[in-house]
Amino acid sequence: MSENEQPLLVADGLSKWYGRRLGCRDVSFTLYEGEVIAVVGESGSGKSTLLRLLCAEIAASAGRVLYRMRDGITRNLPELGEAERRFLARTDWGYVHQDASLGLRMAVSAGANVGERLMAVGWRHYGRIRGTAADWLDRVEIDNARIDDSPRTYSGGMRQRLQIARNLVTAPRLVLMDEPTGGLDVSVQARLLDLLRSLVTDLKLSVVIVTHDLAVARLLSHRIIVMKDGMVVESGLTDQVLDDPREAYTQLLVSSILPP
Amino acid sequence: MTIALELSGVAKTFTMHLQGGLCLPVVSDVTFSVARGECVVLAGPSGVGKSSILKMIFGSYRCDRGRILVHHEARQTDIATASPRCMMALRRHTLGYVSQFLRAVPRVPALDVVAEPLLARGTSREEARRQATALLTRLNIDSRLWGLAPATFSGGEQQRINIARGFVADLPVLLLDEPTAALDAANSHVVVDLVEDRKRRGTAIIAIVHDDAIRERIADAIVAMTLFNARPGA
Repeated sequence: MSENEQPLLVADGLSKWYGRRLGCRDVSFTLYEGEVIAVVGESGSGKSTLLRLLCAEIAASAGRVLYRMRDGITRNLPELGEAERRFLARTDWGYVHQDASLGLRMAVSAGANVGERLMAVGWRHYGRIRGTAADWLDRVEIDNARIDDSPRTYSGGMRQRLQIARNLVTAPRLVLMDEPTGGLDVSVQARLLDLLRSLVTDLKLSVVIVTHDLAVARLLSHRIIVMKDGMVVESGLTDQVLDDPREAYTQLLVSSILPP
Repeated sequence: MTIALELSGVAKTFTMHLQGGLCLPVVSDVTFSVARGECVVLAGPSGVGKSSILKMIFGSYRCDRGRILVHHEARQTDIATASPRCMMALRRHTLGYVSQFLRAVPRVPALDVVAEPLLARGTSREEARRQATALLTRLNIDSRLWGLAPATFSGGEQQRINIARGFVADLPVLLLDEPTAALDAANSHVVVDLVEDRKRRGTAIIAIVHDDAIRERIADAIVAMTLFNARPGA
């Protein structure tokens, strides 16, 4: 990786007001290819608002989101047309929801969930789509015998892994994750984290992961942004922020973790 | 003598906001340098800030004052003010660190834990595993353990995994925090040999070693921590 390459994503002074209530205020950061940024903070700190601003799912009250498209040209996302934005969301982006049922189509089979994203980018050959879906199920450690089952029959951990396969099958460059390990048993969490960690490294993904779990942030991220009441209170290298927290709020977060 | 690392006027204070803003000075005016092929040992009792200095050099602690200059490939970077992205590049290409304790990741086999710094630098998986295997063998880690996650290993085994991980990538500056604390005599000698190998190849090493015999063997210079006392009379 050269040190002077262009960033993939730039958040520049992002603010969001819901009427008079603050979502987030003046958030800026730069994300390069292959980098993982964790956004941490308690519920209501503006983490999820930030994530939705980044993919232009909601409109910012102020600020810009710059994204370097596959053709190398950097665009301001809110200025993209709806069709262009949807195309990006289907191809170059992934979005992993905490609740897998929001990111999956529960009424169709697991294989179709993965295949659907391929069809959206123009794949037509049934055999190839099924073959690729099977490969991806394999990669996320789902038994191929379950390919025709509905995700309704899957456990929470399997659904989450299926959601990840569905997101990654089109080789996106940017993946946004909202509490991907939330609500899972610890052993299931460990397996999912390990999977995410190796996929992120192997595919050189850029990731913004929202989590309230500092252990998840430590394991997956290179950098951390700590948010409180809609604002960034501290940011930096993950181990620096966690091992040498400077702000009172970060010190409180770090000191609240039970030792393993 | 080519200087690889230079600290001047480095100071560190912890401010504990949860204890009413209590200020804990750790070190002040830390000034010393390390040449290529030289091993400098930080000496002093527990709690005087030796590990804190290593952590400031590695960037996991912030440096409040002073400069930490690292020289590599005709470039000079001040770690005290380097951006996170610059630190990430330095860790990939310049700074190796063997911490006191291995931070084991669930489910990742020992062999991959050791090979990871090479993969991060772009070495092929096959070559990275080959080098990791060679180092694990040299450190007498039973080959039956290579495929297992180190979380369940003994203290000495974990320490050797950590050492292998720190040495595998042949980085020009190496930080060692009590690398032999949990090792028996035979394995301690392996570590001494590894350090001597690396010194011959020009690596600059900063180490914390409590064992007198080992310090005697590897140190080219000893820096007494009393010089940097931030709490006179403490």
